[in-house]
Amino acid sequence: MSKLKYERPLIKKMHAGMMNKFGSQDENTPVTHIDGVSVKSLIDTYGSPVFVLSEQKIRQNYKSAVRAFTTRYPKVQFAWSYKTHYNNAVCNIFHQEGSWAEVVSGFEYKKALGNGVPGSNIIFNGPDKHIDEMQLAIENDSLLHIDHFEELYLLIDLCARLDKKARVAIRVNMDTGVYPMWDRFGFNYENGQAWQALTKIIESGKLHLVGLHAHIGTYMLSTAAYGVAATKLCDLATKCKAELHTAVKYIDLGGGFPSANTLKGAIGQVPTPSVDEFAEVITSTILNYGFNTEELPLLILESGRVMIDDAGYLLGTVLANKKLSDGRKATIMDFGVNIMFTSFWYDHKISPAQEVSHFNEDTVMYGPLCMNIDIVRETVNLPLLNRGDHVVVHKVGAYNMTQWMQFIAMRPNIVLIDTNNHTHIIRKAETLDYLQELELMPDHLKRKN
Amino acid sequence: MNENKSPLVIAVTGLNAIDSPGPGVAVIRALRDGMTQPIRIIGLAYENLEPGIYMDGICDKTYQISYPAAGAEVLYNVIKSIHEKEKIDVIIPNFDAELYNFITIAPRLKALGIHSFLPDFEMFDARDKLNLYAFGKKHNLLVPKDKPIYTVSELEALGEEFGYPLVVKGKYYEAVVAYTLEQAQKAFYKISTKWGMPIIVQQFINGTEVNIAALGDGEGGATSIIPMRKMYITDKGKAWAGITLEDDTLIDLAKKIVAATKWRGGFEVEIMKTAKDELYIMEINPRFPAWIYLTAGAGQNQPAALIKLAMGEKVIPFTSYDVGKLFIRYSWDHIVDVSKFQQFTAFGSL
Amino acid sequence: MIKKNIATNEFGFVFNPATGDSYSSNPMAAEIIQLMKENLSLNEIKKMLLDKYEVDKMILEKDLDEFVGLLKENNLLSN
Repeated sequence: MSKLKYERPLIKKMHAGMMNKFGSQDENTPVTHIDGVSVKSLIDTYGSPVFVLSEQKIRQNYKSAVRAFTTRYPKVQFAWSYKTHYNNAVCNIFHQEGSWAEVVSGFEYKKALGNGVPGSNIIFNGPDKHIDEMQLAIENDSLLHIDHFEELYLLIDLCARLDKKARVAIRVNMDTGVYPMWDRFGFNYENGQAWQALTKIIESGKLHLVGLHAHIGTYMLSTAAYGVAATKLCDLATKCKAELHTAVKYIDLGGGFPSANTLKGAIGQVPTPSVDEFAEVITSTILNYGFNTEELPLLILESGRVMIDDAGYLLGTVLANKKLSDGRKATIMDFGVNIMFTSFWYDHKISPAQEVSHFNEDTVMYGPLCMNIDIVRETVNLPLLNRGDHVVVHKVGAYNMTQWMQFIAMRPNIVLIDTNNHTHIIRKAETLDYLQELELMPDHLKRKN
Repeated sequence: MNENKSPLVIAVTGLNAIDSPGPGVAVIRALRDGMTQPIRIIGLAYENLEPGIYMDGICDKTYQISYPAAGAEVLYNVIKSIHEKEKIDVIIPNFDAELYNFITIAPRLKALGIHSFLPDFEMFDARDKLNLYAFGKKHNLLVPKDKPIYTVSELEALGEEFGYPLVVKGKYYEAVVAYTLEQAQKAFYKISTKWGMPIIVQQFINGTEVNIAALGDGEGGATSIIPMRKMYITDKGKAWAGITLEDDTLIDLAKKIVAATKWRGGFEVEIMKTAKDELYIMEINPRFPAWIYLTAGAGQNQPAALIKLAMGEKVIPFTSYDVGKLFIRYSWDHIVDVSKFQQFTAFGSL
Repeated sequence: MIKKNIATNEFGFVFNPATGDSYSSNPMAAEIIQLMKENLSLNEIKKMLLDKYEVDKMILEKDLDEFVGLLKENNLLSN
């Protein structure tokens, strides 16, 4: 006679007030497949933990974001935010879809060039552009978004030396009714700094002012703030035309649209507006502003997170279960904050990857590091998991694979599932050789045999 | 059409008839009194000790639903699965915190055949704490001035603008009346540590508090308006007893609010009546108040009228009510077997 | 072992009349509590479960130890 399936015995106290969470079973529906590929086979083939990206989902996200804007506004261009995820395969998905590149450092800039993005379709942002990088960008006719006066003067100087006019925009920060205000980047609108910078650009005669840029924050939950930002940029654009006799060609509203992740410490439900809702506010603001149809500026968006967060999964495995001194249950996983930086600010949804019963328990989910802050979830309600069971962490596509740390554990494989459900490694798991490749040994410390 | 003999199934939240009560039990009592056709009440509870779950003659069946923080999607799925068993005709949400989700899913619930009678987001946002002053200004209604602030240094200027005393309020809870700048600063630090930013500074209005329960038909008309003054309050500031008032200026004010917002559904206005008979709107709560049973007692059964509106029936606006009707709230120890508690806690239904 | 006056039922509910606390248990826990109430020793219970369920001996041992610890913590054991 075959034996029955075993489940760890569990007894739970019923508390007054709080419900035992049997009502939320559907939150623990097992996720056994991603784009038709089984989680088990992915882990068997590529190891655990492993990052998995869905090409189909990325393309869907991109197309629907583009649709949200192009159905409302005639001239729209997206630029892929490299810092969100700069693996070349991922970048090329966006470039294939028609996206420009938005970079914030010299190496990202060179990556974009290497990916075949025409220089004129690269936006160079950020407060730390080195002189040689700026020179490269000028020579490639890229769009330089100026962050501070020092940079503005350097650029004027550089253009004079090269005898070439750089195409520039300024980044503008402003009060959009959302706090904290990101006033450390760019030139302030309210105190006249932005206008001063624009005047300086035109007066210098060395720069070609083509755009205005704002990036008001990250994970923005207010659509109204984008309306304010768009209005203020439109004000500046009109003033440029009237007083500086320069018509800017584009308005770049940056990124900052939220994904559907759950921010930690959110009191109550904070609903995240959809891209459509942002598009509605932004495009109607610009359309109603009063530009002539032929003078409508190109609208540039640098969305990152909302394009890729939900296309990324982290698959992992249970190492151990533990009981803490205060009676709480703890589960130790083979992935931690080293590769899931976003667990510092999100409560990531975690699903079991195999069939489970409807009995579940609250547990603290720890990573494998010998470091006390390695906590994936402070509390998560999960079915009874055993060593060797797999889980799927959702919505990890943004920032994790650029902000990950090589600390204690090395970085795992990144696997892309293409639109035909075939799998490809797009970044190999790190090895000891890779880790030591850049290390050098002074002679006096060399091991003598 | 076939004559359908099955009862009208109405789902109601807010069964926490405790010392700081939710309106659910009062809404259900009003429905039981006022509906002419047979009804079946489905209670929706967040917690396992909400008295309405266990009280006799209140809910025919109660289900546990997910906390608002779980989001609209989860709520939709929970309601849908309850609907599959119970065939809900109308749903009346009664908590501020859950309304956002219910408004979000209302069209999809309608598609399932579940009616509701809720404001849309535009109406809902207009009366939000942060937008109320602008709302008042736009429609020529008195609302105490307020301003959200983020730094303590903003207090000084506001003190000059509003004058002392002024009220220092937390984003969600807690309010302190400050008579000097020093007190205001102290309150700022105390409340911001607890509830975060922003801190809301509000003009202090001295007067008598009056409340209005009203039902808007969604087209600018008020189906029912009942003004009430609390005669005594508990230490939590909740009504202990209250009495219906006759005051046309209050009724006119409620009519103005309904006309301005085209409010759809029940709502409560908290008003401060000054010595000069000015009516300041302190708050507009986007749902029935806990004392809603008084409207039934006074001859304008608002919950029963809301059901008719939700089902698309025409309701002739009420024109009169009994003035001087009192409600006196009392507590009551209901005896329950532990098995009922266990069953509801474990299975989420009773 | 387990307190004699602990009440259990077919839904896996456990009630401790001495403290007023209620518990829910999964079928495995309910079965173990039932066996304990029938005065079986832990070793006997372990053997029975090993025969009946697909489970590694080490894992069962760890889980049982933990479970007994849980019962003890919740004042459901008499010694």
